[in-house]
Amino acid sequence: MTHHTLSVLVENKPGVLARVSGLFSRRGFNIESLAVGPTEHPDVSRMTIVVAVEDLPLEQVTKQLNKLVNVLKIVEMDTSVSVQRELMLVKVRADLAVRSQVLETVALFRAKVVDVAQDAVTIEATGTRDKLDALIRMLEPFGIRELVQSGMVALGRGSRSITDRSLRAVERSA
Amino acid sequence: MTREITGAQSLVHSLEAVGADVVFGIPGGAILPAYDPLFDSTRVRHILVRHEQGAGHAAEGYAQATGRVGVCMATSGPGATNLVTPIADAYMDSVPMVAITGQVPSAAIGTDAFQEADICGITLPITKHNFLVHSADDIPRTIAEAFHLAGTGRPGPVLVDLPKDVLQAVTAVLPHEVWPPSLDLPGYRPVTRPHGKQVREAARMISQSRRPVLYVGGGVLKARAAAELRTLAEMTGIPVVTTLMARGAFPDSHPQHLGMPGMHGSVAAVTALQKADLLITLGARFDDRVTGRLSSFARGAAIIHADIDPAEIGKNRAADVPIVGDCREVINELIAVLATEEKPDLAAWWHTLDGWRRTYPLGYDQPADGSLAPQQVIERIGKIAGPEAIFAAGVGQHQMWAAQFISYENPYTWLNSGGAGTMGYAVPAAMGAKVGRPDTTVWAIDGDGCFQMTNQELATCALEGIPIKVAVINNGSLGMVRQWQTLFYDKRYSNTELGTHPASPRTGVKRVPDFVRLAEALGCVGLRCEAAGEIDETIEKAMAIDDAPVVIDFVVHPDAMVWPMVAAGASNDDIRVARDIAPDFDYSGDAEVNL
Repeated sequence: MTHHTLSVLVENKPGVLARVSGLFSRRGFNIESLAVGPTEHPDVSRMTIVVAVEDLPLEQVTKQLNKLVNVLKIVEMDTSVSVQRELMLVKVRADLAVRSQVLETVALFRAKVVDVAQDAVTIEATGTRDKLDALIRMLEPFGIRELVQSGMVALGRGSRSITDRSLRAVERSA
Repeated sequence: MTREITGAQSLVHSLEAVGADVVFGIPGGAILPAYDPLFDSTRVRHILVRHEQGAGHAAEGYAQATGRVGVCMATSGPGATNLVTPIADAYMDSVPMVAITGQVPSAAIGTDAFQEADICGITLPITKHNFLVHSADDIPRTIAEAFHLAGTGRPGPVLVDLPKDVLQAVTAVLPHEVWPPSLDLPGYRPVTRPHGKQVREAARMISQSRRPVLYVGGGVLKARAAAELRTLAEMTGIPVVTTLMARGAFPDSHPQHLGMPGMHGSVAAVTALQKADLLITLGARFDDRVTGRLSSFARGAAIIHADIDPAEIGKNRAADVPIVGDCREVINELIAVLATEEKPDLAAWWHTLDGWRRTYPLGYDQPADGSLAPQQVIERIGKIAGPEAIFAAGVGQHQMWAAQFISYENPYTWLNSGGAGTMGYAVPAAMGAKVGRPDTTVWAIDGDGCFQMTNQELATCALEGIPIKVAVINNGSLGMVRQWQTLFYDKRYSNTELGTHPASPRTGVKRVPDFVRLAEALGCVGLRCEAAGEIDETIEKAMAIDDAPVVIDFVVHPDAMVWPMVAAGASNDDIRVARDIAPDFDYSGDAEVNL
């Protein structure tokens, strides 16, 4: 199975997330990651959905998504022409004996420490899935106490925007 | 100065403006405010049903018989959840329907209030779209949007959930002169106009084909394209099969019609699809009941697939020429392009098809004991009621026989629950159809199992002056399930015996319930027919009654089975004409013609 990243522009209305996630589950498609948030336009939200499917079922996913009345536009984000990032917060055991080693790892990954306690630090890191996995592997020996990750967000490279036309449609109908 | 009205008045006002003339429903606490202005409306007739499921199927029957959006109404909680089955049914069969439900007051939503159910959440997967209305000011626009969504593109059910406080709130009236309000549906853009290049490619393939078949589905009826289909079929000479959802889209008496394909389709229709080199698929969706085992379906055929729903194209079977568009526009454009193309030479194909048709016509055996053959009963109803009548079926053996043995000559004369297979569809759907087309004779062809699920609506019919006719094909069992038990479960008849038959194997049980007395109790005329010699006479008696609903208890032979049959999951190549009898295609093809 291949991972595909879909950027889905939706109307910012109650229940839209349930419509989208419900469609995935009832059609038998697995969501690997889902992130949703506002866009530059208050009436439009953007979902970034990572789904593990073959090409043909992917076509079904996008066609079925397109049928949802609140879905405005779907674009597949190819890894080669888009920037894809996840955010991770990780709390690592770090007493005085190992703290410097932990901080060294943090620096190597261009992550940062956002909270510190006697025996632990909380690290914020952003990056691709691979980079965050690598960071986790490096931190594991110190002892990971807690870990949380956002879904992936993605944006196409270059100056083009996928939102232009959809936003015009929203403005027209409003 | 704008006049102020309540949300409930705005709802009724909006229903009037959108052209809804009939609402099937039952009041209750949360929807109660809407029933007050509804009481005064002269343009919207409310028909008080006995169960919300009846309201839903009646709205479906109304919609399928008239082409207009059907409307049903229920209160919150159990009222709304009782609509779930017909909503799911309408979703599967793309029936345009708007369901209006009351909801507990906004402030109580989420508190497990009395008669609260999250009906928007519940119907999310079975509606084209649904709305929870937050403000009375949004009612006109929401109703306009709901009807627009239900009736355009691929039709389907739309639910509008109205909290009680929204119905009671004060809002401004939207005068009918400024109707419709502007719709706010930026993400809804159904494609109706087919791509010219695809149509030209389809036309090229058609003119070069040698064994083409027009595989016609319900989308042709939804697009109101029966006349266009006939033109296309006649100008090309291509054979036509009509699916269960498309019966009536092409006249059964037409020499190019091979019948219905699928699990209980005719040998000619099923085999034509199997042996075709090109399927021109119009508004059909390669349903498993049509294809049998998908991997062995029409292996040698190239596929042209036209549908208004892009998600249907390539869903089950890859299309060589996908065409997204409204079937009427697609067919019209095909006709225009084909006028300049060479007509395909189909002489050899028709030679083969005619052989299959002649060798394996639909048929049935008369029971040796003189009891009624259910197929004959249904065939006679079709003949006597005539091609203008509407027939609504339940689900099971009687449904298949009604699809096979009634000759459908006109569109919108066959109503059934195809995709969902909802038992109990027939009586309320017939009621809705009769309300929509009061001058047309409407028959419900029902089974003794199905009839016991929704016959309460006969009380509605009796009181509201809706004189439908119901033929209960009473074989004393859940016949289709029993047929499978006969064929695949070693005749172990687990829980399929109903006791409605005089020859019930249960000691001391016969005719529970007695359908004649039940009919009379519900304000209908009850008739019974138990001998082949009385069939016509009984049907004619029912036809002569036009001031009350009529129920006929046709006591039929309990062992009759539906043939032909392709077993579930089997290949359509393995069709059986009757039990253990496979067609001999080598014989039935060219050899037959030499006889």
